[in-house]
Amino acid sequence: MAINQIQTPMTSIPTEASTPVQSATPKMRASNINFFYGKFKALHDVSIEFASNRVTALIGPSGCGKSTFLRNLNRINETLRETRIEGQITLDGENILDKDVTEIRRRIGMVFQRPNPFPKSIFDNIVYGPRINGMLKKTSAAEIVEKSLRRAALWDEVKDKLHESAYAISGGQQQRLCIARALAVDPEVLLLDEPCSALDPIATAKIEDLLVGLKHQCTIVIVTHNMQQAARVADTTGFFLLGRLIEHDKTDVIFKNPSMKETEDYITGRFG
Amino acid sequence: MTARNARRKGVNIFMLGLCAACAFVTVSTLFVILGFLLYNGATSVSLNFFTKLPLPPGQDGGGMANAIVGSAQIVIMATLIGLPIGFFAGIYLAEYGGKTFAFMVRYVADLLNGIPSIVIGIFAWTVIVVPAHHFSALAGSMALSLMLIPITARSTEQFLLEVPRAMREGSLALGANKWRTIAKVIVPAARKGIMTGMILGVARISGEAAPLLFTSLNNQYWSTGLSEPTASLPVMIFLRATSAYEDWHRQAWAAGLVLLALVLLANIAARMVISRGASLPR
Amino acid sequence: MATSSATLTPGTTIAPKRRFGGDEVAYFITLIFATVILLVTVAIVWQLWLHSSPAREKFGFSFLASKLWNPVTDQFGAWPFIYGTLVTSVLALLISVPLGVGAAIYLSELATAKLSNALTFLVELLAAVPSVIYGLLAIFTLVPLMRDYVGPAVQNVLGFLPLFSGHIFGVGYLTAGMVLAIMTFPFIISVSREALMAVPREQREAALALGATQWESTFNAVLPFAKLGIMGSVFLALARALGETMAVTMVIGNDPAIHTSLFAPGYTIAAVIANEFTEATGNTYLSALVELGLVLFALTIVINGVAQLMIVLTTKKGSAKA
Repeated sequence: MAINQIQTPMTSIPTEASTPVQSATPKMRASNINFFYGKFKALHDVSIEFASNRVTALIGPSGCGKSTFLRNLNRINETLRETRIEGQITLDGENILDKDVTEIRRRIGMVFQRPNPFPKSIFDNIVYGPRINGMLKKTSAAEIVEKSLRRAALWDEVKDKLHESAYAISGGQQQRLCIARALAVDPEVLLLDEPCSALDPIATAKIEDLLVGLKHQCTIVIVTHNMQQAARVADTTGFFLLGRLIEHDKTDVIFKNPSMKETEDYITGRFG
Repeated sequence: MTARNARRKGVNIFMLGLCAACAFVTVSTLFVILGFLLYNGATSVSLNFFTKLPLPPGQDGGGMANAIVGSAQIVIMATLIGLPIGFFAGIYLAEYGGKTFAFMVRYVADLLNGIPSIVIGIFAWTVIVVPAHHFSALAGSMALSLMLIPITARSTEQFLLEVPRAMREGSLALGANKWRTIAKVIVPAARKGIMTGMILGVARISGEAAPLLFTSLNNQYWSTGLSEPTASLPVMIFLRATSAYEDWHRQAWAAGLVLLALVLLANIAARMVISRGASLPR
Repeated sequence: MATSSATLTPGTTIAPKRRFGGDEVAYFITLIFATVILLVTVAIVWQLWLHSSPAREKFGFSFLASKLWNPVTDQFGAWPFIYGTLVTSVLALLISVPLGVGAAIYLSELATAKLSNALTFLVELLAAVPSVIYGLLAIFTLVPLMRDYVGPAVQNVLGFLPLFSGHIFGVGYLTAGMVLAIMTFPFIISVSREALMAVPREQREAALALGATQWESTFNAVLPFAKLGIMGSVFLALARALGETMAVTMVIGNDPAIHTSLFAPGYTIAAVIANEFTEATGNTYLSALVELGLVLFALTIVINGVAQLMIVLTTKKGSAKA
């Protein structure tokens, strides 16, 4: 099944070797997405599939629309004024654009570019999501907090200061806290929007390790401007340019043997 | 959708609706005020109102000419005293101030701003009325000018600081010295905002009655000089409204309509001049 | 090359003086006017202190606690006025803070930018309405309303409480509190709105991304972040309410005594000064009124100081938590 997106007159014949490993049905599929900020068309006919339990990276130069596209996957763009979307986005085969948005957002979690913990304690930050979603009836708050912090590889570092302010820990730890907070509501998909861009290399490495381990529990889509990061963590990579998805394939293929010239130019550093 | 989510949705709509209701209730008070004033006052605003002196209750045809003129006198004098002081103090704060002294001045200006106007009235009374042994328009003007000074200083400072640094440096780089730069480049660049701040300040003091209650007091007749008690519109409104007579009540409504119209027009005009985005000092 | 410039005023370039210190003159002129502000404020404190001395010497600190205000026997106590000032101001805040914060939430989170700006413009016009006008309206519309409709209605339901018992005059603590509430709306609304708008978008989005509804996101994530600024607006409003004179004087009822019922007439510091200053005979009487002015002055300074501090801290926090 070819998943190359042909955007320019240059055609490319998909071969068996370029077919990525995937499960039977994709976890999420976007079909023919056009997206508008007011009159400006930011995304042009983007179609892509995200396989279950895989990490997909979205790369591309600044302003290419990769973050905009990601933010449509959990409909958070709807909170901005004058935005409009055309097309379909499905989760397990059902179109999410018609459904109740709060439930969608519980199932599709998001971690943002800069850590944004609430002005509460570490404990209260994590408990917030489960509390409003009524998840505390079955599991105790303390259990959820420990489980989420362990999944985010932060438990050992903060277990003794759970009730201190979330701002009292380092930037890298705050970002892992935000990951724990997102994981606390048990999402099926986790979207990360350049999560390491504000962090130092050591913090970045910790998060990258974390993501590779997490994919067994959920599907991950990560936007990154760091190609080495994509190469390190992602199973498949999609390349965006000027609001279009140019190519989506196994990460190896994208970086070593891309089909599209634009992809090759970007990878080799001719622009971006 | 689960029952829980349906409930959350319901709460969402209810609370957000409540907030909208709050917004519209609070904004509508402005229109309620205008409405009542127009309804009750419009019929009493006549030519007589602007040209005749007040008459004892029961007699038709009186007006508030002396209060209108008196207010004008007091406010103009207060402006002449307070505006320059505030203006230059504002320049000092924006252009010259070192750290500590400017900080002190700014802090004290805000303090002065926050002093209840009746206390300012007491001060003016102690300083002018007591030594002179009589009430005077001068005392009233002094009280009002004390309110105008900090308002003008802070708003002048704010608009001067908004002038981009590049403009300052451009002038200095051409060899102009500092005061020239301020006088010929910076102040003109900020003049719209500064003037707006001044208009708003003057509009504010022209509506004040408390500081005038025992400084300029009141006068049933024309006052002949600055050292006489003088009628003013806000004080007249207070006295007429709290009196026992129907036709004096009508006069109060008329005066209220005139005063509010002037103050609101000044405010609307001033705020429209200011570009959107610049917020005015409180 | 060394030049012989005698003095350097801040910001000037080093150069031989071409004319007699234009810059220096300008500096001194503006400095003098700036100092005037300092001097005036000191003078105010000084004069208040001076002219209140007969009363201060006669009554000492018991002035603040004494309930008796009797000009005939020369007995003056501040407590009824402090009580009235506090009661009316607290009442005002109880009404205007929920309404004002609710309105601010609507303006910052829900309304479109155009509508929000237009409505905020109207709210700021409300702040420009002179106090006498509020008083004028209150006397002729609010007082009859209280006396004939609202008062009896409330008394029907809650009349068993001492707070709502007694004869309904129309004037009194409750009416004054309501006028003050309307007068403090603009402060609460515009400062709270700015505090809410200063909350970074990421905070809202973080809550929404966890599946929160818009109200949940506002109430749980945005409001706490803006807490300081909103508190600042409350203190600002309080300071304004404490010193408010004309509108309150016109509807408070002018009774220098303490009453539990909110329907009863009372008095505030500002109102008694406004009403009795020109009638005051005798040194003690006048100086007692001046001392009341001093008390009010001190109260508003403290509260304003706290308010400014909170507002400054919010703007720092909003930009620091980047």
